[in-house]
Amino acid sequence: MPLRLLKYAFSRDYPVTGDIPATPDLKSSYDVVIIGGGGHGLACAHYLSKYHGITNVAVLEKGYLAGGNTARNTTTIRSNYITKEGIAFYKEGVQLYEEMSQELDFNVMFSQRGQLTLAHTEATLRSFHLRAEMGKHAGTNIEVVDAQTVKDLSPHLNMDEGGPLEIMGGLWHADGGTARHDAVAWGYAAQAARRGVEIHQRTEVESFETDQGRITKVRTNRGDIAAGQVMIAVGGMNYDMAMRAGVELPIRCYPLQAMVTQPLKPWLHTLVSSVSLHTYLVQSSRGEIVIGGGSDPYQLYSTRSTLDMKEHLAEGATHLFPFLQGVRLLRQWAGITDMTPDYSPIMGASPLKNLWLDCGWGTWGFKATPVAGKYMAQTIANEKVAPILEPFTMERFARFELLNEMGATAASH
Amino acid sequence: MKILTCPMNGPRNINEFQCFGPVKNDPDPATTSDADWARHLFRADNSRGVITEWWRHVPSNYFFLAERNATTNEVIRTFTPQDAEARP
Repeated sequence: MPLRLLKYAFSRDYPVTGDIPATPDLKSSYDVVIIGGGGHGLACAHYLSKYHGITNVAVLEKGYLAGGNTARNTTTIRSNYITKEGIAFYKEGVQLYEEMSQELDFNVMFSQRGQLTLAHTEATLRSFHLRAEMGKHAGTNIEVVDAQTVKDLSPHLNMDEGGPLEIMGGLWHADGGTARHDAVAWGYAAQAARRGVEIHQRTEVESFETDQGRITKVRTNRGDIAAGQVMIAVGGMNYDMAMRAGVELPIRCYPLQAMVTQPLKPWLHTLVSSVSLHTYLVQSSRGEIVIGGGSDPYQLYSTRSTLDMKEHLAEGATHLFPFLQGVRLLRQWAGITDMTPDYSPIMGASPLKNLWLDCGWGTWGFKATPVAGKYMAQTIANEKVAPILEPFTMERFARFELLNEMGATAASH
Repeated sequence: MKILTCPMNGPRNINEFQCFGPVKNDPDPATTSDADWARHLFRADNSRGVITEWWRHVPSNYFFLAERNATTNEVIRTFTPQDAEARP
């Protein structure tokens, strides 16, 4: 092996091949047009091409691949939900992450190190019991742990014994983890491209032409396309994009801010979040401490960062781990989250027959990348909503059958 | 630090305020269909331009209205519901 490596290093002609082909010319028609070249869109393209034999597919991306919310989330993967529909869906999402590197022949650096959510009050602890029982019932690896176990799991935590934010216990979700977001998107893109899916970067959908309840033409800045089926998966732009097709989604857009510190030696081995402090932390494979929290408190379409939120996150982080006080921030960013009223996504059919929605992913989209891709592909291939997605229909609001997932994490959901 | 001008308390730190979302006109319960009622509950103005929202100054529990640009975050004006009625 070392000899091979050496040979490779000294080779004049590196056997490097690009994973993603250059953007080709647009054809006049595709069987499936996927709007949005983020994780969800690319995952759908992968599943369509690999499992449903549909390769005449175009993925249209306004900017560059996976540069939207796929690049702006904090890569948490978990299934600690509370509705049975939510748990079933996200549980499969975690399972698909476990197999993803094999499935894609691409190392997505999935690191299943467990997620620890802290309770600073008895009331929080009680709510954790409900969540844990729901999870266990559905076969998820989740349990309530006492303060001593919290200490053992994360020894650097400030337990604040006797203080106002004393840690009373926690919710330990051993299935939780993280993955490398770029690798996830690139792995799906590379697989899909190898099977003939066309990936069109810098291709913006401007409007739609409809006739008799169907989309007949997708108008882009690079020309018009006829499409058999169309899927919208454009993250923070979902509301706008659906409106261009005349579909009104119950979505409001809020920025979600996050930041990372300078790299440190590995010390934080689990994901840690605090409901009361609205802060969560995870150490990336580069050693940076990724710090995130809830969405901004009012709706906005700007990815600016605010000192308010930075201070708030820093306050939470340094309370939990006081030695972080001298650590510097390296980067900060924001994404636009498309929040639904019940903190669950909107997937499946739309009022237009051949328009499929993969929207409303708010602050919870990354973990669902493989499972949403898998079942949206099945839905599009069969032109029938996959049973596991049925509860997530946009019709649920008109029927008052909400899937309340507010409070699934330290963030707003 | 962002400053919001409360019609009663004057300019205050944004942290003292709570946003209650875009203004909606209450439908008439007697004549509104279930579908319209659901739409009223779950839909809100999510446009990128100027939106009119309810805000509250939390310490004084004073509710008022604000016109704010949802893309630039510029607050165009803040006013009381009475002022809103007075406008043509």
